[in-house]
Amino acid sequence: MGTVRVEGLGKAYKQYPTRWARLAEWVLPFASTRPALHWVLRDISFHVAPGEAVGIIGINGAGKSTLLKIITGTTQPTTGHVELTGSVAAMLELGMGFHADFTGRQNVFMAGQLLGLGLGEISQLMPQIEAFAEIGEYIDQPVRVYSSGMQMRLAFSVATARRPDILIVDEALSVGDAYFQHKSFDRIRQFRKSGTTLLIVSHDKQAIQGICDRAILLDGGRLAKEGQPEAVMDFYNALLADRQNQTVQQRALDDGRVATVSGTGEATIVEVRLLNARGEEVEVVDVGELVALEVKVCANVRIPRMVVGYMIKDRLGQTIYGTNTHHLENPLHDLEKDERASFLFHFRAALGPGTYSIAVALHSTDSHLVNNYEWRDMALVFNMVNISQPTFVGNAWLPPSVEVRRA
Amino acid sequence: MSTMFHALWAYRGFVLGSVKREFQLKYRNSLLGAAWTVLNPLAMIVVYTVIFAEVMKARLPGVDTTFAYSIYLCAGALTWGLFSEIVGRAQNIFLEHANLIKKLAFPRMTLPVIVILSAGLNFAIIFGLFLLFLMLTDSFPGWSLLAMIPVLIIQVAFSVGLGVTLGVLNVFFRDVGQFFGIFLQFWFWLTPIVYPASVLPESLQSVLPRWNPMAPIIAAYQGIFVTGQWPDWSTLKMPAVVALVFCAFGLRLFRRRAGEMVDEL
Repeated sequence: MGTVRVEGLGKAYKQYPTRWARLAEWVLPFASTRPALHWVLRDISFHVAPGEAVGIIGINGAGKSTLLKIITGTTQPTTGHVELTGSVAAMLELGMGFHADFTGRQNVFMAGQLLGLGLGEISQLMPQIEAFAEIGEYIDQPVRVYSSGMQMRLAFSVATARRPDILIVDEALSVGDAYFQHKSFDRIRQFRKSGTTLLIVSHDKQAIQGICDRAILLDGGRLAKEGQPEAVMDFYNALLADRQNQTVQQRALDDGRVATVSGTGEATIVEVRLLNARGEEVEVVDVGELVALEVKVCANVRIPRMVVGYMIKDRLGQTIYGTNTHHLENPLHDLEKDERASFLFHFRAALGPGTYSIAVALHSTDSHLVNNYEWRDMALVFNMVNISQPTFVGNAWLPPSVEVRRA
Repeated sequence: MSTMFHALWAYRGFVLGSVKREFQLKYRNSLLGAAWTVLNPLAMIVVYTVIFAEVMKARLPGVDTTFAYSIYLCAGALTWGLFSEIVGRAQNIFLEHANLIKKLAFPRMTLPVIVILSAGLNFAIIFGLFLLFLMLTDSFPGWSLLAMIPVLIIQVAFSVGLGVTLGVLNVFFRDVGQFFGIFLQFWFWLTPIVYPASVLPESLQSVLPRWNPMAPIIAAYQGIFVTGQWPDWSTLKMPAVVALVFCAFGLRLFRRRAGEMVDEL
């Protein structure tokens, strides 16, 4: 079965001061000219159990792709080692080994052989590959006439033609149109159900939270955080936010979830409350009820422009709705030091039954990436219950009026 | 070692497919197709034959048939072509497939094998025509043709050992590729292929086969095809040893530097 065990992994690239220095190192083995080592990964250790799905996130240059390359075996680690059990399929780049002058079908054979499949096996898988790619007659046309989306479809179909014990994916999923993205995700989910271990690099929050059991955050080549996808994702978002002078804290909530607070602290969130129509604080809200979100803030220094934003997330951490006072064209200007303000957002709770959380952020422009004063995940948790509406399922409350006609 | 052959065997489909694809690719969008495989060396042979045999009236000492010089030239030039194709392609093989090497885990040793096989295929085609020509002109060498097999094995081993060595070095020091291109030209003219060895000054005649491993190999082919004589095996000892040394050295170099090579590509 597919397990991945990474132990004390480190990768350094050699940097020589001049071209001749390398030659000197080769021919004069005892010469003192050692190359400078440039470390891109350090002390990475983690395990992935059979059937587990782990997401790897991090900013560009954090070492994600290098890590995957070492795990798949194309690149050798400088320190530590990787142990894999089971068959591995890696999609570091789709369409490797495709040649523009050959037809899709010929390329499928070529790419399949490069993955170590036999001719007979590929012929056997061919109808299924063709059907999954859905590129029709084009399969017998040279790849040079394909659109890039079609190439990706075909490449993905070949790469996943056979279910591996371990599937390693590097951002390859953000390819193709929405329809094919769905389809490829479905295939990966199916693999998971049948027991495939998954290791996936993505910037796509939905993908990580939707598929993964666990997430690993790489920062500057080190393992910065490991844990539930939602908590790690929040931590990552906090890191992303303007990296100057910020503190990031995480504390565990009673239900085991983790709340993240980050920001420069130039302004702070004093209180966040959810109020019903009578102005009373509530934790349980009926579907369709009118509620108000109250955010009280305090400026710790003079703030020229303040925007307050909030996001309602479902139990999986997927954002259901979010906006801010920039988009609502209601920013607050020129707050003096120690001045307090409160913001009230009135809305109808058109949400399905379940638990929801609200994240609140204070910043200066349309997003929290510049001047993030404070960002508070899980500032508030509330429950939706259905008391007064007819039974329905889902996260959104979209009450229909029904018309039925007998023919 | 055995794991390497195991991996090569497991990827035989990829190797054969690549050879086939390379062959198709070369002539895919040309009208004459595979004919070009033949036309290129044929043109060279015609040029040399016309210039040396007709214009400069070069004659092989001791042999005086119409086609003797052409046969002599073909025996050397065609086999030299195989040598230079393998070495020339092998020295660029890792650079050429940099993207594949960086992104996919597959046995890297398949790459030189593909080079050998596809050079071998080209050689087989042109050499088949050469044999046909020998039969038509009634100058077929007879049983001594069998002696070609061991000579060919030594030659291919030497080519691939040298090629892989240069290929690995070329990744780290790109000068190697440039330098060898020039070196190969000198090497060609320092090997008696176009001219008979007897035209060389006495001093060089004895020195050359000792320092140039290709000289005894080419001389063996020429002996087989021009006069139908079995090669003097003792002259092939040096090339065989050199071939083994290069194969071992190339393999060791490749193994030691394979990891670093990926970082450098």
